[in-house]
Formats: sequence, C-alpha cells, structure tokens
Amino acid sequence: MAQRRAAPPTERFPTPAKIAITLKVNGVEHKLTVAPWTTLLDVLREHLDLTGTKKGCDHGQCGACTVLLDGRRLNACLTLAVMKDGAEVTTIEGLAQGSMLHALQQAFIEHDAFQCGYCTPGQICSAAGLIAEGRARTPDEIRELMSGNICRCGAYPNILAAIEQVLAGQRDQTEAPR
Amino acid sequence: MNYFEYSRATDVADALRQIAADPQARFIAGGTNLIDLMKENVARPSRVIDISRLPLTDVEPAKDGGLRIGALVPNSNLAWHPEIEQRYPLLASAILAGASAQLRNMASTGGNLLQRTRCVYFYDTTTACNKRDPGSGCAAIHGVNRSHAILGTSEHCIATHPSDMCVALAALDARVHVAGGAGERTIPFEYFHRLPGDTPDLDANLRADEIITAVELPPSNFTTHYTYLKIRDRLSYAFALVSVAAALELGDGNIAQARLALGGVAHKPWRDREAEDALRGRRPTPETFARAAEVLLAGARGFGHNDFKIELARRTIVRALGQAARGTPQSQSDKRIA
Repeated sequence: MAQRRAAPPTERFPTPAKIAITLKVNGVEHKLTVAPWTTLLDVLREHLDLTGTKKGCDHGQCGACTVLLDGRRLNACLTLAVMKDGAEVTTIEGLAQGSMLHALQQAFIEHDAFQCGYCTPGQICSAAGLIAEGRARTPDEIRELMSGNICRCGAYPNILAAIEQVLAGQRDQTEAPR
Repeated sequence: MNYFEYSRATDVADALRQIAADPQARFIAGGTNLIDLMKENVARPSRVIDISRLPLTDVEPAKDGGLRIGALVPNSNLAWHPEIEQRYPLLASAILAGASAQLRNMASTGGNLLQRTRCVYFYDTTTACNKRDPGSGCAAIHGVNRSHAILGTSEHCIATHPSDMCVALAALDARVHVAGGAGERTIPFEYFHRLPGDTPDLDANLRADEIITAVELPPSNFTTHYTYLKIRDRLSYAFALVSVAAALELGDGNIAQARLALGGVAHKPWRDREAEDALRGRRPTPETFARAAEVLLAGARGFGHNDFKIELARRTIVRALGQAARGTPQSQSDKRIA
C-alpha cells in the first residue's frame, strides 16, 4: 500500500479509497464517505446541498467560503474534509434560530451591507468568528481582522457599520445593570 | 488536484515511520499552503500524512527561561498567547501582519516555516522554474519580477520567502527542534532556511525524513524598543514588498543590543549581523540607522521591475529603527507609519 503512487484519473491505477467521516453541521450529524481530496467546501455544497457557503477563488484569497469549525472561522476551500472527522461546522444556514435572524444577518440588512450578496455568507460567518475572538474593538481593528473577506461590490463601509452595531449591542448588554 | 492517499499519524514516531515508507508523501497540518499548491498541481503528493492531531500544541516555558512553541500551535493562538504578547511582542506583531484571520486560525507554527514562495512562476506550471522543476530555468529573472528578491539571489532563482512570522523568529534568535529517522536535533533559525544557490528546490535544511516538533525562543528583553514594519501593495492581507523586524536595547543613550531582519527581500528571512554591529554602541540617530541600512544593502541587486525595492528597503529600515528607538511599534491595525 505504502508504495502505491497517486495517479491521475485518466490512468488505470487503483483509485485511493474513500474514507468514512462524521461531521455535525448546523447541529445535525452527518455520516459521509468522502475521497481524501474533497474539501470541506465541496462537502457542504455538493454532498449536503448547503450552497449558502460560496466558492469564490477556491484558493483562500477571497473568504467567500468562510465557515465556523468548532467555533473558529476558517476557509473551507483549503480544508480537507477527511481531516475534520468529528468536527462541528456552522454555516450561514445555521446562524438563524428558526425565523429569528442572527444579529449579524439583521444588521447586514439594516445597513445594506451588500449588493450582489455573493460574499455575504462568508462575511457574516467571518464576523461571527471575529466577535467570538473578542479582539476587535475599534473600526481599524474590525477592518484589519475582516481583511480576509473580499467584497467585489465594495460594500465595506456598510459591512463595517453592521459589525460595529452588533459589537456595540453586545457591549450594551454586558454593561447593562442587572 | 491529483489523487492521493490519506492517513493519520498517531504520534511523532508513527509520522516518521509513514514518511520513511513513502518519500513522495507529504505531511499536512493547517494545509493552507499545501492544499493551494496541490490545487495548482505544483505539489502532487502520493499521500498526505495528517499530523494535525499530534500533541504538539503547547506553548510552555523552556529550560533557559525562554518559551517552547509546539509545531502545531496555530498562528492566531500564538499571536494572541499572553506570554507571546507580553514577552515577545515583536513576534505577535509579525504574525498579525501576515495572511488573514481565517488563515491564521488554520496555519501551524511549523507549517509557517515550511510555506513555499508565492513567486508567480513557481505557481505557473507552464513556465520554467528551477524551484518547481530543477534545471528548467528561471522565468522570473527576465520576467515580471517586481516582488522578487534583491539579496542573496542566484542565477537559478530570485524567489522570496513569504513569511512574516519567520522574520521575527530570525531576529529573536529562535531555534527549530526537529525529529527524524536519525534522532532529534536543533537548528538555529539562521541556518534553517537556505539561499537558492544552485539548489533552489530546497527551501530549508530539513531532511526529507524529518519533522518540526517545536520552535524555541530564548529569553529576550525586546519588549519596548521593537517594531515590525511591513510595506505592501495594499494595507492588509498582502505579502510584503519589504518588511523589517527591528529590536533594540538602549542604555545610556546608546544602542546596547540590536536585531535587524528583513522579509520580502530574499530566499530566506534576511538577518544581517554586520548591520547589527553598525548599530551597537552608537546613538540611535537617523544617521546611525542609515549607516546600518547601507551595510545591509551593500550587496543588493535588482532585476528590473524590483529595482525600487533597494531604496524601499533602505527607507523601511530607517523608519523601522526609528520606531523601535522611540518605543512606538507599528500598529498592525492603524496603518499610519510613524
């Protein structure tokens, strides 16, 4: 086995075995059998029909594929699904609670923080990760820590305003007298 | 991406056994660089050996009072680790200057050292590249070489090492702990990465059967007079044209200790001890800084599009040393350069 070389699909060599994994996606456990080269992004979109997570550059440069994995934001396009066996994934489809939008989703609507909307699921998941990290306080810090999410429409000022609103709302909640 | 096998290493010894059994296999940890290279068919491993679950994720005190950083500590965890923020702020700053928040969450400490150049010709499999395909030539030397090296180049390769973190590690005299078939050894950071010479396919002095287990930082006092100043085409999420890690210890109005390392200018993080000697014992003035820059850049050579980098490097060195001397390190969120 160890000597076997990888082969392009046109050559008649044995195809490496698929691997069974379990992923908990938006609270639902999925048992999957995936090829080693399948990215988490392709699992979400092609195997689970969760097409909210977008494929932009597919090289970790645009952030459209950003999801939360065990609570941390990452680029699903540069993640091999087989490496994340047992992980919990949250995508844009998993942020709302029933008909109640996530505070970031509501803020993006209120601030008109998108035009075409293609980058928006990644922007919102990334912002959720940013808030969980607790490192961004000033507009400069938000901009810097959101720089992994490109918006071709240039909605950056409104994206920033939406994230600022949610962060301020959280601060108000923690500072409110009990 | 080519077809490949996948296996998971259960411990370091198992990882070493697996890599010894298949020389075409590659270790994978964060995957941020390797998967990208695989998608471009630049890397075509027969197998990826998943080391991401090995217990190399601690930041712990080292015997000499320094810190030992496990090879699998993610870049973001390292940058925001209290011990790094307080005792090695130059390293924290350099890490936060690189990549994006998502990539820093994924990328490992060891993988950051082993990331490969972003030279466009290295990535483009239709062009000549001695690093990707030894003996095929270098398309960059007479090509579009605006981002390429000005120091330590060879006629075979003018690629740069892309890391920010490694520039700080070079300045801080880090040591790289590795394990291999022949046992464990420690490599001083200066000798970890290589100049291209006539073997640009080799980025580092790490043998094919070895694995990085930790990066160790010696004790250091560069907590006030330091900066990481990175100059790039956009203000965030771009590789350096030139970056400077500068760290000083001042005493009696003179420079008692000096560290100076550059990124974006060479095949490895560029540390220059002669330039540091030109700083030590002198007053921290713009003239002293200019003299150090002159020493460091004495052998610099441009290849056309990147000629501007020599002057850019000179100015960045002077600005960075000024920031360090004043104790006003470059913010990685407010991008105004003091």
